[in-house]
Amino acid sequence: MSKFRKLGNQLYSGERSFDFVGKKNLWYAIAAVAVILAVLLPILRGGFNFGIEFRGGSEFRVNNSQELPQSLAVETVNEIVPGVQVNVAAVGFSDLRIQTEQLEDLESEEVRLALAEAFGVDPAEVASSFVGPNWGADVTRQALIGLGVFLLLVSLLMAFYFRSWKMSVAALLALAHDLVLTAGVYAGVGFEVTPAAVIGFLTILAYSLYDTVVVFDKVRENTLEIELSDTRTFGEMVNLAVNQTLVRSINTSVVAVLPVGSILFIGSLILGAGTLRDIALALFIGTIVGTYSSIFLAAPIYAHLRSGEKELKEASERVLAGRE
Amino acid sequence: MAENTTARSARSRISWITGIAAFFVALITWGTVTAQPGASWAPELALDLQGGTQLILTPSIADGQQASLEQLNQAVSIIRQRIDGSGVGEAQVTIQGNENIVVAIPGTPDANTLQLIKASALLEFRPVITYADSIPLGEDAAPIDLDSLSDVPATQPVNASDAAWVTERLLAEFQNFDCSTQFRTPGQVDDPAKPLVTCDDFLRFKYILGPVEVRGENISDAFAGTITTQTGASTNTWAVNLEFDAEGTNAFGFVTSRLFGLPSPQNQFAITLDGLVITAPSTNAVITNGQAQITGNFTQESATVLADQLKYGALPIGFEVQSQENISATLGDESLRSGLIAGLIGLIFVMIYMAFQYRGLASVVLGSLVIAALLVYLFIAFLSWRQGYRLSLAGVAGLIVAIGITADSFIVYFERIRDELREGRSLEIAVEAGWKRAFRTILVSDAVSFTAAVVLYLLTSSSVRGFAFTLGLTTLIDLLIVTLFTHPVVQLLARNKFFASGHRFSGFDLSAAKASYRGRGEFRVAAEVTSGKVKKASKEAQKRQTIAERKARLALEDGDE
Repeated sequence: MSKFRKLGNQLYSGERSFDFVGKKNLWYAIAAVAVILAVLLPILRGGFNFGIEFRGGSEFRVNNSQELPQSLAVETVNEIVPGVQVNVAAVGFSDLRIQTEQLEDLESEEVRLALAEAFGVDPAEVASSFVGPNWGADVTRQALIGLGVFLLLVSLLMAFYFRSWKMSVAALLALAHDLVLTAGVYAGVGFEVTPAAVIGFLTILAYSLYDTVVVFDKVRENTLEIELSDTRTFGEMVNLAVNQTLVRSINTSVVAVLPVGSILFIGSLILGAGTLRDIALALFIGTIVGTYSSIFLAAPIYAHLRSGEKELKEASERVLAGRE
Repeated sequence: MAENTTARSARSRISWITGIAAFFVALITWGTVTAQPGASWAPELALDLQGGTQLILTPSIADGQQASLEQLNQAVSIIRQRIDGSGVGEAQVTIQGNENIVVAIPGTPDANTLQLIKASALLEFRPVITYADSIPLGEDAAPIDLDSLSDVPATQPVNASDAAWVTERLLAEFQNFDCSTQFRTPGQVDDPAKPLVTCDDFLRFKYILGPVEVRGENISDAFAGTITTQTGASTNTWAVNLEFDAEGTNAFGFVTSRLFGLPSPQNQFAITLDGLVITAPSTNAVITNGQAQITGNFTQESATVLADQLKYGALPIGFEVQSQENISATLGDESLRSGLIAGLIGLIFVMIYMAFQYRGLASVVLGSLVIAALLVYLFIAFLSWRQGYRLSLAGVAGLIVAIGITADSFIVYFERIRDELREGRSLEIAVEAGWKRAFRTILVSDAVSFTAAVVLYLLTSSSVRGFAFTLGLTTLIDLLIVTLFTHPVVQLLARNKFFASGHRFSGFDLSAAKASYRGRGEFRVAAEVTSGKVKKASKEAQKRQTIAERKARLALEDGDE
């Protein structure tokens, strides 16, 4: 029998139990430090590294299987547009990504043809793009509106389903923690913030809340008539619920992280910077943090929020008195 | 007997899901065999996977006015017309987020095509000087040298309808005009002070039109409606009503007072959009109050189309290119392949982990995921055919992420069954009880992801939409699969000896469960317990009666109501 399942049985019966709710101050402190670090890290690194979609500019991609020097790209661009700032990055196995400030239509077509000639590829193989500075901001603005509406709807849904707005509050606090941490790590790694990353963040919202709801549903089940209990306090019951779903939480996060991890790996290795890699990184961090926060933050915060309620307080006192 | 009912209902649910899959397979097979337009086993790919150019255009209107949805719709059809006219095949023009227009074209557009797409549409009123049926000239028509002919009117024209506008060169041009050829260069701008030779938008008639007399900006409103008689009774005849602003009222009054009474066809005025005649009504009255009505053989649809065209032309919208993205076909190909490889590797890892955690049950997970993948594929192929859905890279990412979320439903379910087993229930009962509790959780947690998908889909644009779409689709399919496949299969398996006996490879390893009944500090090594002593264990469990058990039973009874 696997140790893991043995652990599952022990967690279920309460024979073994991790004190998630009781040690809430420790988890709060850890979360506070992590959030501060996640805010400081991007500041120390000079802010987010915004992608071309937010800055605006022109971008070319050329296949460089002959492994010509990157400076060739800079020279080629400068021959056509003298003095323009050129950033070249290797992408994937053999592609080069060349970014400049936004070029005129004609200039950009000339640059494309010149790059094709310089690198000895068919002009059709050189991809050129340009993005106005409003584009990324537009996507983000829409995403923020979407975020607001989504949070409102889900808070209502949860408050209605769980018959307690305190669960919504606890879930949203945990979610805010997840987003700040993910953004911090994302900036720390130095990946560009692209619309794809924004999609990743939006998915974390969904995932983080999804995961919290699964844990909270077990909490709901366990605490249905907690006021009548004379063996466990409310906090203890919440803690038991978290322990009972612990195996599920671990299994789910492993299963969610495996495909995301494989996109991240393949995305970075083969495709280089791009949609897949950016989504995957945001999701990779977000999934892990999201699972962590459901257990270590959402549940303790919920127990904390309700600990002041008169009925629950009386019930706890009765239980504790009975033990003496 | 109850057991037989369970098994029968389980089988019927499995046949439902098989039926749904078979229906879509049959539908798409029918579509491909009878060569329905767009029907294919391979879903259409978006530009980032297929290669091509994507332009995102934002309307720019003078005076900071906001383009209405009708105007955007009209812009889409005008842009489509322009791109088709320029010979670039198969453009996709769509509205996104109620404010942007996205144009996807295969290959790389040249500067002319770009200019053409960006330009604002021109709506103009020109009097008709003459018109004729357009007859194809054929290949062997002798080319004429227009430049050798005089372009100077014989006498100075007195007004815009004057036949004196027709010079020798213009007449020769008109006579040799063939609407079935490409008679306008893309992006052609006509001199408003000169006459124009052109065709109607159905390419049936060719016209010589006089100089521009009223411009589209002077239309204040246009709408389709049925004609009311003088007594106020409504008839069934459709017409298009036009209203002009002050300047337009004057100009239109001037035109109609001249045209009214002229012989046909000179009593007609043509309304041109981008140089093509969209309508050429004749004048029945002098209209000085700025309110005109165009009548004819309109249906409700054709009247609305014309009204929309007029309204659109009333507000000339130009476009700013927000972004132009060029993706080479090989890069798109590479992205798709890598995305699929990533998905496959992810799936294999998930399976290995599930096999490790759930032993025999992992085969149920594999089966469920395979059926889920099949259904997702069928839905996407179907939507690509019927709704013009195109799978993008962000959509592929959504699908890969969905593997985790879908597998979670199975995990929640299996863990609840194990919880019930730990309470000492027999497998068949544990499966039913676990399902009831798991289903609630799956339902509410899927509602969260589905809300996210719907909100993102409705409120955002571009790649976020592609992602939200696949997320929402897979969430729904997850629910279908877990109710119509995973649960019934587990129900049937629970009757199977291998699983019911709690074999150590079944995933319902009861010996493991029993170990915990000893209570605190008295954990017994599982190997000592044989799996045959299930009944004894459940009695023990009943004696112990923890809160959790009582709650669980309460919840169970709750669910029974």
